[in-house]
Amino acid sequence: MKGYYARKVHSLLGLIPLSLFIIEHAITNYAAFDGGQEGFRNSVRTLNDLPLVFFLELFGIWLPLLFHGVYGLYIAYQAQPNVGHFSTERNWRYVLQRVTGVIAFIFIIWHVYTTRFQVTLGNVTHDELGTWMHDIVTNPGFFTFFLVGVIATTFHFSNGVWAFLVSWGITVGPRAQRISSYICMGLFVIVTALFMLSLFAFRGEEFASTASIVTSLKTLIG
Amino acid sequence: MAETTTVPQPAQTTARRVKFIITRQDTPEGKSYTEEFDLPYRPGMNVISALMEIQRNPVNANGGSTAPVCWESNCLEEVCGACSMVINGKPRQACSALVDQLEQPIRVAPMSTFPVVRDLVIDRSRMFNALKKVKAWIPIDGTYDLGPGPRMPEKKRQWAYELSKCMTCGVCLQACPNVNDKTDFIGPAALSQVRLFNAHPTGEMNADDRLDMLMEGSDGIEGCGNSQNCVRACPKGIPLTTSIAELNKQTTKRMFKRWFVQ
Repeated sequence: MKGYYARKVHSLLGLIPLSLFIIEHAITNYAAFDGGQEGFRNSVRTLNDLPLVFFLELFGIWLPLLFHGVYGLYIAYQAQPNVGHFSTERNWRYVLQRVTGVIAFIFIIWHVYTTRFQVTLGNVTHDELGTWMHDIVTNPGFFTFFLVGVIATTFHFSNGVWAFLVSWGITVGPRAQRISSYICMGLFVIVTALFMLSLFAFRGEEFASTASIVTSLKTLIG
Repeated sequence: MAETTTVPQPAQTTARRVKFIITRQDTPEGKSYTEEFDLPYRPGMNVISALMEIQRNPVNANGGSTAPVCWESNCLEEVCGACSMVINGKPRQACSALVDQLEQPIRVAPMSTFPVVRDLVIDRSRMFNALKKVKAWIPIDGTYDLGPGPRMPEKKRQWAYELSKCMTCGVCLQACPNVNDKTDFIGPAALSQVRLFNAHPTGEMNADDRLDMLMEGSDGIEGCGNSQNCVRACPKGIPLTTSIAELNKQTTKRMFKRWFVQ
């Protein structure tokens, strides 16, 4: 694919559907904080009741994520950061966008493997996902990985929205770009807060595991 | 402060020295190395006059005789762009780099984004090839007198004039983290020239041709990574990132027009 169009597709997929999915994901998870075990179960059920949910996942998440991630790695490879000589905020964000993109890609692969893929394998049901998450995030190592992965992903998402607005010629002048960066950083704070609240909620006693899940998780993550 | 506000005493000026660490390279394929120079200070001296001093007396800091350092310069008033080099880590023109305002030792290196010819001399051909590629001119030649072109509104002329200050010096390409061996990105300078010529009332008759050049191949406008170093580094204060974002808008419109209209 020609450079211009490949990059354009990469940019568009970052916003639609991936950014929209991140917002949806944050809101769904927030139910764990807001409604506890039952609230989270209900919001997972609502999602799985969507029509053609497999195709929504395939074309709305997996394929866009694969293209955005793989092409993104190529973009990150092409960069030659020079924050040593140009330590401006924008240049730091340029570097962070690439670093957080790589972290996010690794984190998401691991996250999909330990949750969604385990549902496919039949190791966990949708209703048990809250407990499953409890067992993962009560491990200090995995919890730290979650914190780093989530913050990297939400930063990449919000800074990516800012870059999208520039790349499609929506924010042209310096003032428009400054104001959009305030809005995007606000987005970063809100979405990160939603994810953090749910992560800490999953650590709570309410999501404490039943014995059978603990053993199956232990065999999975050793 | 005292040196700049009062007339320096002759004894002081001969006593003061300026230390330079210059990155050198003997041949285009040769390895680069640094050489130190210890030069007598003169009031108001800039990096070019320091290089002239080395040329006059090619002796390095160790007292050894060496080949004089090669460099390029023309106008000596920051309008030709020939003497661009990396001074204390920042790409800029050597003629406007005043020694009084630089931290010592002063480190001078070639803008290595470009092929180094020798010492501080670089080959900026890629910039001129880029201008040719994007057709950074206004075709007015014909077999008969085409008459006067349309007039340009004064307000537009004012911002377009700022873009016309580009001297193809290469500083923005050196500052850009996306202009390197791993990419073909055309760089901010040529992009801004597309905006300039597309803004011109006669030039805009060929606007689509220039936009198409930014959308084909692997060296187009998509190479921009929004680090915005270019606009901060530009010695002429050209709003390069505004030009790039405006061209993002123009190429996006052009993309949809090509799909749905043509």
